[in-house]
Amino acid sequence: MKIAVLSGKGGTGKTLVSVNLAAAASKSTYVDCDVEEPNGHLFFKPEKLKEKPVKVSIPSLDENLCSGCRKCVDFCKFNALAFINNKPMLFEEVCHSCGGCILFCPQKALSEKSKKVGKVEFGKAKDVNVITGIMNLGEASGIPIISEMFKSLKDKDELIILDCPPGSGCMAMESIKYADYCVLVAEPTLFGTHNLNMVYELVKIFNKPFGVVLNKCVEGENLSEEFCKGHSMPILESIPFDYELGGINSNGRIATFESNKYSVLFSKLLKKILKEVHI
Amino acid sequence: MKHLLILSGKGGTGKTTISSAFIKLSNAMAFADCDVEAPNLHLIMNNMGKEEVSDYYGLPKAEINSDICVSCGKCKDYCKFYAVKTENNRFNIAPFSCEGCGVCEVICPVSAITMKPKVSGELKLYKDSAVFSTATLKMGSGTSGKLVTEVKRQMSENAPKTDLAVIDGSPGIGCPVIASISGVDMVLIVAEPSVSGISDMERIIKTSNQFGVSTAVCINKYDTNLQNTKKIEQFCIDNNIICLGKVPFDKNAGKAINNGLSVVDIECNAGKEIKKLFLKVLAFLYRDNGGLIK
Amino acid sequence: MKIAIPVNEDKTTICPSFGRTPMFLIYDIETQNQVFLDNSAVASQGGAGIKAAQSIVDNKVDAVLTPRCGENAANVLIAGNIKVYKTTFNTTKENIDAFNENKLQILDDVHPGFHNHGGM
Repeated sequence: MKIAVLSGKGGTGKTLVSVNLAAAASKSTYVDCDVEEPNGHLFFKPEKLKEKPVKVSIPSLDENLCSGCRKCVDFCKFNALAFINNKPMLFEEVCHSCGGCILFCPQKALSEKSKKVGKVEFGKAKDVNVITGIMNLGEASGIPIISEMFKSLKDKDELIILDCPPGSGCMAMESIKYADYCVLVAEPTLFGTHNLNMVYELVKIFNKPFGVVLNKCVEGENLSEEFCKGHSMPILESIPFDYELGGINSNGRIATFESNKYSVLFSKLLKKILKEVHI
Repeated sequence: MKHLLILSGKGGTGKTTISSAFIKLSNAMAFADCDVEAPNLHLIMNNMGKEEVSDYYGLPKAEINSDICVSCGKCKDYCKFYAVKTENNRFNIAPFSCEGCGVCEVICPVSAITMKPKVSGELKLYKDSAVFSTATLKMGSGTSGKLVTEVKRQMSENAPKTDLAVIDGSPGIGCPVIASISGVDMVLIVAEPSVSGISDMERIIKTSNQFGVSTAVCINKYDTNLQNTKKIEQFCIDNNIICLGKVPFDKNAGKAINNGLSVVDIECNAGKEIKKLFLKVLAFLYRDNGGLIK
Repeated sequence: MKIAIPVNEDKTTICPSFGRTPMFLIYDIETQNQVFLDNSAVASQGGAGIKAAQSIVDNKVDAVLTPRCGENAANVLIAGNIKVYKTTFNTTKENIDAFNENKLQILDDVHPGFHNHGGM
């Protein structure tokens, strides 16, 4: 059972909600798909059990076999190869690992070699399995790291909470691909509503059942609530703007464990989500 | 023209709130929104005149001509991005997964696959007295880095002769952020005093430093956690990074934004501190020119 | 001797980005012949510096005059035995004159590659 937590806008409370949902369950796995800026581990402080490097393959040249035909350079759509002094010159960070140059070299002068782009850390905090994806600085895409995390989930049947990256780009998409249900977290501001719309479009394209959690709600006008009502989007919960919650969260602590009020709120939310999924 | 880029690492720290304030305070003649996945600046800079819209083509994507396709499956075998899907023995390309590498086009024994240009976003240009360049990336598209480059190019090509260009950046440390850093004179990182905020701030500072750009920090909503604010200030001292100022949390700031106004368009505490911060940013940006231009 | 300079659409002012300049002026010092070469790298998603530098190498240029140059492009040019000089003026004529008078310095503040994220 995979529940993805996402939001169009950053800072609305994805990690707050995902971490607390995982904590509220009797047994769960928390997967941090925001591999550029992973935060869940800061709350769980998991005991590290193992670490797996994430690698991609890039071409390696055997100069003795190279005939200088330039086929590899001309094929590369990403300009990762230049042709100097009759030999190809590779620019690793530009390479997209498509394998084309290796495949099409008539002399078989190019072969695969590995490059590390990040890692996945497996840990445990009480009853929560914590899986954290970390992308190396300067890398173009976190997708290989996200894919690696999903590979490790294949046979698990328990409750899995996916903390997604902000936005609706290729990384957010990769994160919700295998989700059974999506929780959209929205804040009541103008920017929040505008970006909620984007991620709403995303879950529609992927045909994912979803519900909305309104966070940091204050009295008066709630643009995101109006948006949800106007589009008949189910609202699962409204979390009021609360200095106490903000304080607990900004200090990297888990509200479900520290406050009875929030333990009740997140347990209730989890029950509601599970009910929605089983319909 | 000096380019000032506002970044954060973590989302929701206040990049757009601060960039829009800076734009208003400086009466900037050139500004851009490089958060192409979730642009927001236009919601505050909303009276910019007529918009010129143009399609943005990302990398061409593969397309299978089902009339020619013989369902041999070779494309699926060789695609490293799992972009070839089968349905009832019909092969097609999942556009969101295709990276445009072109391997399938060459490997297909019957030439059933061609690379076709795909519209993956929209560029918008407002060109009244000031120039405002922005764009939206279509859902699930890659190549955000190139679109960010287009947004900046569009701004620079159409900008009047002016001293300052303000660029509102995106969260994270990946593709669109790195593209926005290219060629700027200064990066201002908006940090928030939370454990997540500090962790993310450290990663974006490292990223910005990797590219050798002048980097400074400011702390937004600083009074929501004074202890963490101290931590950030100490981090800056320990790492030789200049902390240019701090802005308090202010409910009125949110009210202004919700009404499509910048925080300096109304009277509020946050606005006052942002004004002070802005002067310090200018002094830092133009320090080689002996201080402020204006 | 042939030199290449990244220029804007006006064919006169220097473009600040090497990789994504709209075109290059290829100038023959001896014959004073001018040819404008469209930069195919402009439309590239990434690796623009590499592609632009490749076209300079392919056109048998001996030296490049540019205000900035990325690490990737510089590596291609250096491997191809092409010298890179830093422009100090805003127009092609002024920089060519300065080059002829040996007044231009070698560009040594090469900035790190922006990987596949675009230059400019």
